[in-house]
This record gives sequence, C-alpha cells and structure tokens, in this order.
Amino acid sequence: MCDTCGCGNPDNQVRISKPGEEQPAHHHDHNHDHNHDHNHDHNHDHLHDNGHTHDHHNHDHLHDNGHTHDHHDHDHVHDHSHPDGLQGQRLIRVEMDILEKNNLLASRNSGYFDAKEILALNLMSSPGSGKTTLLEKTILALKDKRQVAVIEGDQQTMNDALRIESSGAPVVQVNTGNGCHLDAQMVMNATRKLDPAEGSILFIENVGNLVCPSLFELGERFRIVIFSVTEGEDKPLKYPTMFQHADLCIINKTDLLPYVDFNVSKVREYAFQVNSGLELMEMSAKTGEGMEPWIRWLLDKQQIS
Amino acid sequence: MMHEMSIALSIVDLADEQANLAHAAKIIEIELDIGTMSGVEVEALNFALEIAAKDTLLEAAVVKINRIEPVSECLDCGEIFVSEGFIHQCPACSEMNTRILSGKEIQVKSILVE
Repeated sequence: MCDTCGCGNPDNQVRISKPGEEQPAHHHDHNHDHNHDHNHDHNHDHLHDNGHTHDHHNHDHLHDNGHTHDHHDHDHVHDHSHPDGLQGQRLIRVEMDILEKNNLLASRNSGYFDAKEILALNLMSSPGSGKTTLLEKTILALKDKRQVAVIEGDQQTMNDALRIESSGAPVVQVNTGNGCHLDAQMVMNATRKLDPAEGSILFIENVGNLVCPSLFELGERFRIVIFSVTEGEDKPLKYPTMFQHADLCIINKTDLLPYVDFNVSKVREYAFQVNSGLELMEMSAKTGEGMEPWIRWLLDKQQIS
Repeated sequence: MMHEMSIALSIVDLADEQANLAHAAKIIEIELDIGTMSGVEVEALNFALEIAAKDTLLEAAVVKINRIEPVSECLDCGEIFVSEGFIHQCPACSEMNTRILSGKEIQVKSILVE
C-alpha cells in the first residue's frame, strides 16, 4: 500500500520523471527504511517498569510469608500474576511524533542542500494562483545570475514540467497519484534524479492545496505561499496553518485588481494576525510588475561568492 | 484524499511496530495527542484510521484522542494564554509578537496491548 495515497492502484503510485521519459519510473519505496533504531531502547524499559517479563523479584515475598519454596519456580509465578491486574494487558508509552519519519528525511535533505549551497524553497498555493507562470518568469529573470532547478509536484500530468523545461531550467516532475502534498521522501528521490548544481536555487512547487502541504517539511530553507487577487482576501484566516508556517507571502495577479473586489491592506492585516513575521509582496507575474523585489529577495537569500 | 490518510498510515505503522517489539497479540487502545492547531481534522483522522487499521494489530483498538489547546507566550510581556483560534494576540498587552507553546502536537502517546 502506498503511504501517500493509501491505495494499491498503480495509477495512484508516486511517479518521478523527467520530461521526455516514456515510462516514468515508479517510486513506491518511500518511508520504510527508517525508524527501527529509535524504538528499541524505549520499549524494553517500559516492559521492565510494568514488571511483566522478569523473574528476579519474588524471593523476599515468598520467604516473608513463611512458605517454604523451592527457588526454581519463580518463572511460573511471574507469567501469571500481573501487578496491575490487567489480565495480560500492558501499557506502552510511545510518545513519538507521527511526522518524525518525514521530519528526519527532511533534515537529511536540508543537510544535503546546505552542503551543496543550494537554496531550497517550498512553494505552496491553491491551484490556479499562477505558481507556474511565476516560476517561468522567475527563471527568465534569474538567467545569467543564478542556476535554477525545479521539482514540480502535481497529482497527475507532466504539463507543468514541460512548461518549466521550455523556460530553460532542469526539472523533475513528481506525480503524487492521489496524494495531496509532497513529502520529504519524494523530494529526496526527485533531488537524486534532478541533481541540482552547486549554488543553485531549487524551487519545489508543491501540490496545489493550501491545507496538507503545510504539515510536511521537505528540507526547504524558506516556505513561500502564493495566492492571487481572484481568491478571497481572508485566505490567511481560512487557511491559518499554511500562513502560519510561511516565511514569505506573494500576492499574485495584481494586474486584475481593478476588476476584482480585493483589498490588499485587509490581506496584510489578516496575515499579520496569524503570523506577525510574514513578509508580503504584491506582483503580477504576467505583466512583470512588482517582480524586482522578489528577484532581489532571491538573490539576497542565495548569495554566491 | 487528505493528509489525514498519510497520518493515519503513519500511526498504524508506528503502533504496529511498537506492539511487535513488545510481542503483543493485539492493541486494545491507542492514545493520541492532536493539537487543535496541528492542521489535522479529528473527524477525518478517525475515518482514515478505520480504513488504515484494517488487518493490522490496531484493527479492534479503541482510539482515544486528546485535543491539545493552543497555548502561546507573549514575547513582549511574558503572558501565557490560550489563543483564540489561530490568532495569537496577547490578551494582556495586545501585541502579536507571540510564540506557540502547544497546540501543534501530532503524537502517539501510548498503546495498550495484550
């Protein structure tokens, strides 16, 4: 069963592919290689605390009670009497974060990016906010300044990867099947395939969704949330988890402002309420208006010596 | 398919692994801590867990979910308070410069096995 989609249907498997590949490789191997070392110590201690599995304790008792006992039967006694009277039930304190496996892999990704001085950015938005157009324009603007590589996340199709490829950046498409977000394992596999250049900027375009991607660290340095003026200005209040975890918020399609009922200062107010440290930028990727601060931001975050 | 399914599958994996380490035959009860700001919908999680637990040691387990309240600390005046929804404004000094102390948990606390 696939960890992402919970479904055995091959159509729903995670696929990681480069444009031009006929048969995209299937990547179904995520998440299984980890946690074993973590858990061992933990559990044994608890078993001891509960007093279930051991055979050393009963001597005193038996003697105090004045019974004459043969020393060889303590194993038996223990198998059948439990101090908490739970009839064989035992409480195991686990106390483990469910996202720990993902976060561990995210740390590995992050270490890899640091070592290669790659600036990894996790781009998140609802579908149709103009992420891919923004990326195309950004790739053009960064030409001759920085190397750019892209990981494209979508449930299905190579469409976005093909668009990015034609703008000149190396790209790998991750199709998550039914999955609603990228996870650290997918990004690890995609990064291996993409092999981004040292000192490059790596854009990870997450699956279009303002809910699920916010929970999964990928190893990125910054999280960027993009939404357009055709969406409601109360998005930060409606999807607070996403905005709370973001470092930068881009308000896109400002060329449409005259035609829509969208109050930018309201957005600023709402965004500040859920995340007082969130930086905001307004732009139109289509017309290029307001793109300079964004490009400056990127160059500033990815200084190369 | 929402992220609750991935989370449910991770819970089942984790619980199964722990129960196997303890040579348990089945899990009777599982206790989870889910913060109200974790981004996990408890209803969706319960539904996903029912599906994910099929044919595992967790299949017949009672799922006990503790909802953890959003508690924040004001970095300006030091007030510790329960946040209203996702807005973390200090009730004492009205500043927004606050830090979340709890409410984002997604954790398996314990399992009761036999």
